[in-house]
Amino acid sequence: MGLGEIWFVLVGVLLAGYAIFDGFDLGVGVLYPFLGKSEADKAEMRMSVGPLWDGNEVWLLTGGGALFAAFPAVYATVFSGFYIALMLLLFSLIFRAASLEFRHRDPAWAKLWDWSFFLGSAIPSLLFGVAVGNIIRGLPLTAEGEFITGGGAPIFLGNLLTALNPYAIVIGLLSVAWIVLHGSTWLSLKATGNLYERAKVVRRTASIAYATLLVVSAAATAILVPDAFANGISGPAGWLFALLAVAGTALVFVGASKDADRTSFYGSALAGASMVGIWAASIFPALVPSLGPGEALTIANSQSSQLTLTVMLIIAAIGVPLVLFYFYLIYKTYAGRIPTSSAEDGSY
Amino acid sequence: MDVVVLSKVQFAVTVGYHFLFVPLSIGLGLVLVLAERRFYKSGSAEDKAASDFWIKLFTATFAVGVATGIAMEFAFGTNWATYSRFVGDIFGAPLAAEGLFAFFLESTFLAVLLFGRSRVSKKFYYTSTWLVWGGSMLSALWIIIANSWMQTPAGYKIVGEGLTRKAELTNFFAAGFNPSTLPRYAHTIDAVLMVGGFVAIALAAYYLRRGVHTGFARKTMTTGIAIATVTTVLMLPIGHWQAVNVVTNQPSKVAAFEGHWNDGPMSLGLIGYIDEASGKTVSLAIPGGVNLLVGDFAGTKSFPGLNSFAPADRPPLQITYQTYHLMILLWGVMLVLVLAAWLLNKRGKLQGSKRLLGLLVWSPILPMLSIQLGWAAAEVGRQPWIVWGELRTIDAISKAVPAGEILTTLVLFVLFYTVIYIAWGRIVIGMIKKGPALPEGVE
Ligand code: HDD
Ligand code: HEM
Ligand code: HEM
Repeated sequence: MGLGEIWFVLVGVLLAGYAIFDGFDLGVGVLYPFLGKSEADKAEMRMSVGPLWDGNEVWLLTGGGALFAAFPAVYATVFSGFYIALMLLLFSLIFRAASLEFRHRDPAWAKLWDWSFFLGSAIPSLLFGVAVGNIIRGLPLTAEGEFITGGGAPIFLGNLLTALNPYAIVIGLLSVAWIVLHGSTWLSLKATGNLYERAKVVRRTASIAYATLLVVSAAATAILVPDAFANGISGPAGWLFALLAVAGTALVFVGASKDADRTSFYGSALAGASMVGIWAASIFPALVPSLGPGEALTIANSQSSQLTLTVMLIIAAIGVPLVLFYFYLIYKTYAGRIPTSSAEDGSY
Repeated sequence: MDVVVLSKVQFAVTVGYHFLFVPLSIGLGLVLVLAERRFYKSGSAEDKAASDFWIKLFTATFAVGVATGIAMEFAFGTNWATYSRFVGDIFGAPLAAEGLFAFFLESTFLAVLLFGRSRVSKKFYYTSTWLVWGGSMLSALWIIIANSWMQTPAGYKIVGEGLTRKAELTNFFAAGFNPSTLPRYAHTIDAVLMVGGFVAIALAAYYLRRGVHTGFARKTMTTGIAIATVTTVLMLPIGHWQAVNVVTNQPSKVAAFEGHWNDGPMSLGLIGYIDEASGKTVSLAIPGGVNLLVGDFAGTKSFPGLNSFAPADRPPLQITYQTYHLMILLWGVMLVLVLAAWLLNKRGKLQGSKRLLGLLVWSPILPMLSIQLGWAAAEVGRQPWIVWGELRTIDAISKAVPAGEILTTLVLFVLFYTVIYIAWGRIVIGMIKKGPALPEGVE
């Protein structure tokens, strides 16, 4: 295993970290209008992610930075190729950030911030899946490794429509289902009273929806993208992650049936991280498979120099343990169910 | 409009919006650390109220810094794809390191500040203010390393040709501590701390004029004046350091800064304009001033003039010239203002001087403006290069993105950021009007 492969894994780890951590706060955002019946419920939902979401999102920022550093060509091709989708993601995250910090201080604009929290969570949840689906399927690349836009005029629509193919939509739905599930297992862990009861109902429904879509996605991959499917099951990694995804889902069911809320949360976290693993296994050693005419972007042809990858490894070796330590501190500080007082006295 | 212009404008606009909030965050961070320190030592209810007040202002502001920063992280990939391929080997590492070392630190300990007062020990809370502020100073370091490398690249070699031509790292420390990193970091940090000082002054002046929260205002005024005086005075040697660095490393840029047309000793201008058509500069200037600046007291050293650079290798002259000189002129204004405030405050006469207080309420605009002008001078003066001497801005764009899409997103950025700014403004004005929740009987 060379440095390039190590970085392929590490970028995957950062994205899995992003999925596990930001996944649940995105999920809370998607559920926000549906479970937040009263002002107190809404406050409780926001409070469950209020202090944590920003740190969670930094996994994405760091993943983006690491991708830039380790595989510049991939960063450049994917982000410029998916320009409109990426901008949609950014706008969503921008409003989401604003809403989480402003909502409790700004009753006059409550509607705007409520919508921002919901859409700012729902749109990214769908986009992530659609993007992953498209990457598994492969992108039309030129000989220079540039994304070919449009496939004809008008470019904007062409771009969007190419991205919204049936396979990508299936993966998009899978992503939404998992995020909703993860949000509901988190809420089952944090909420109290009525909200807790309702979160458990969602957890049950979402776990069934997620499990179904997982099977559908596997079938869709086998039928629509046979190369990726074959690649995924050609080695032990693909099997392992598939097994872990199933195990995670099983944990959710077990936890839900016994009201073991912690177990079901760990289960959905495991399932999410495993899906990142499955994705990686199905494209390895490519980062962006190609639909032609150009070659795929692979570890070999898009990695940075050995020196850069080494320096980055040192940076990661120092930085990652620090980050885990911060997360330990902060999740300990905000452990336990949300004190109802914080929702009532308006401190959030 | 073409993709290059649109991409430039979009970058300038988004980073400009971001950098309205960065100085507020880092500047207020210092004020907050000092306020929490006071409470940590005294334990008084009054100091707690003061610190809580700064925390509210700080966190609301920080949030907008975060929101606008997210877009910047991805801007290189979306709008500057060719650039990203060219510099990724060097430029990506500081960006990743910024996330790992700085953003995680800032965001997790910000969480403690937000809702943790009753959950953690006093010491932990106080330490968290330091960590958040330290994190923001650290994030500035990494991003400035990246930016400085574009200005004065070092520690690399060029490999490949044509489409695969790119910069490859040969020495990490040489690239990180390239010739302009330290002066630029010092200059930028000093500038953002000036903002913190002036904001504290302005807030205090506002309360003093209205005669409310006067006890809190007097303390804040003293803190603000201390920060602003030190940073404004320090700006002279630091700015000098930065200027010498440009003279040494970016000859065509300094020629534009000073409107220096013909080879020879360079004069140091105070104010003026460049007449591009006739190739002349009309200005109030000290002849041979730049020679003095770099220690050539005999005044014999010759600097290449604009005429020795092909027009295609010169930056846009007027903008570079004006932004640069305005930044320095504003520094003069701020120096006078802060010294006046300092003197009157020392003699206990500031509270009575309504006119000066009235000016001080608006004073944060000056460092904010100066900062924007400074960045414009540095970045526009870097043109036509995106990486000095190696890659031109016109060759750096995303080929996959059509102009119409950039125009659309540019309009949306402006629209959305404006909404968020108005929201922020309303919230912050509300907080300021309400003031710190001081205990009964305390002013
Ligand atoms: C001199 C300092 C400085 C400069 C030049 C920049 N920033 Fe910035 N940035 C900060 C100083 C900062 C900060 C003080 O650390 C912020 C502002 C407020 C905040 O919340 O953190 C921040 C926030 C911030 C965030 C959000 C972090 C989070 O979620 O916690 C991102 C992703 C970026 N920035 C990225 C960038 C990029 C890619 C830039 C270059 C184009 C850039 N910033 C210029
Ligand atoms: C935060 C403060 C900053 C401000 C206010 C600022 C301002 C500007 C301005 C005004 C331009 C347009 C130049 C032109 O049109 O001629 C520009 C361009 C650019 N800047 Fe900066 N900049 C800042 C920081 C940075 C940083 C930290 C980086 C990199 C890490 C950076 C990289 C770029 C790039 C890639 C461009 C576009 C290409 C170009 O026009 O050269 N800037 N910036
Ligand atoms: C004594 C007065 C000052 C001098 C001599 C000075 C000098 C300089 C120089 C030479 C540059 C260009 C660096 C480059 O192109 O690479 C610059 C940029 C800049 N200036 Fe100033 N400056 C002064 C005052 C100020 C003040 C008062 C502020 C704001 C409060 C400020 C903020 C900036 C910023 C943000 C930049 C861009 C970042 C950088 O390149 O460092 N400057 N300054």
